[in-house]
Amino acid sequence: MSVFAVAMVAVMVTMALALVRALRGPTIFDRILAVNSFGTATVLFISVHGYLAGRPDFLDLALVYALMNFIGTLAVLKYLHAPGLGAADLAPPGEEGP
Amino acid sequence: MIVEVVVGILLGLGGLACITGAVGLLRFPDVYSRMHASGVTDTLGAGLVVLGLLVWAALGDGGWATALAEGHAEAAKPGLLQSVKLVSILFFLWVSGTTAVHALAKAAWLDGLVPWTRDEEGASSTR
Amino acid sequence: MRHTLALAGVLALTWLLWSGHTGALLLGLGLLSVAATAALARRMGLVDGEGVPLAVVRPGLITYLPWLLWQVVLSSIDVGRRVWARDPGLAPRMLHVTPTQATLTGRVLYANSITLTPGTISVMMEDDDILVHALHAEAADGLASGDMDRRVTALEGPA
Repeated sequence: MSVFAVAMVAVMVTMALALVRALRGPTIFDRILAVNSFGTATVLFISVHGYLAGRPDFLDLALVYALMNFIGTLAVLKYLHAPGLGAADLAPPGEEGP
Repeated sequence: MIVEVVVGILLGLGGLACITGAVGLLRFPDVYSRMHASGVTDTLGAGLVVLGLLVWAALGDGGWATALAEGHAEAAKPGLLQSVKLVSILFFLWVSGTTAVHALAKAAWLDGLVPWTRDEEGASSTR
Repeated sequence: MRHTLALAGVLALTWLLWSGHTGALLLGLGLLSVAATAALARRMGLVDGEGVPLAVVRPGLITYLPWLLWQVVLSSIDVGRRVWARDPGLAPRMLHVTPTQATLTGRVLYANSITLTPGTISVMMEDDDILVHALHAEAADGLASGDMDRRVTALEGPA
């Protein structure tokens, strides 16, 4: 059904725009936000594609991607404040906000 | 036919909401206000697209409601399982989306990022 | 124990509904996975009122969730309008709101509801204070009126 194709084009435009923000920044938080938004769009893209291709099994992939996107965003945020992968090199807590 | 129109409207509006969020992501002045824009993609956009797919899984070709109405309980199973997955996807997108945005806002705030305000005349509303 | 059982129940239901298989082998594997996951979560100390928020499941949700959904739609449309407007009319501001919920779970639900509606984002949460970033004056006023706060508190019911 062609409405699925239309929805996919819309989601692809969303992804492209989010990528522009991810590339432009200017702060690291803009980039993380843009990548998070890109991830949401990816989940929708995979779901709609499953129906366009007549293979709704793709929903399983979308489900996994939704969870990975969340964990990925939190992991990068954690990494910002505590670079390194061991507990030994935890950075001191950030200063209070402005 | 009417089902296709309804699904088309839902998916179309959902796509529009997604693009709106992304345009806001580009237009809004700072990272905090952009979070509000990306919220439109995460909540309304995702909600409408998934709702459209849910309607299709129920009433589209081989949808579960159609199969049930015709008395094919077994044929309704795949559609029902798809609906459960669609609802799960939406649930995770909404719950994890808000949590991720809150974590992002908190991290930016603790990092000392000052929100853009209207009073600063130097700042323009588009970048 | 109540929390462990609830966790196991949700996990089992998830396994069943996401796989859709009812063969003995897959059901057995599912049982094994659920038991292992519940045992691991217990060992990690994750199974408590925070890890398995049973307190959120209340009859009041039946009226609260549709209301929240409607608020999300309304504020999304408002933010969407501003995105396409020539002058978005943004006047971002920070404000403090005082949650009146008695339990931590209730306050988390409130803070999450604030973030879910575009136009307001909870930035910091302390014991009895939530720092919120609002996109414009109307969003800030709407939140400061305390309507959402009252609804979440009502949802909590008598402690």
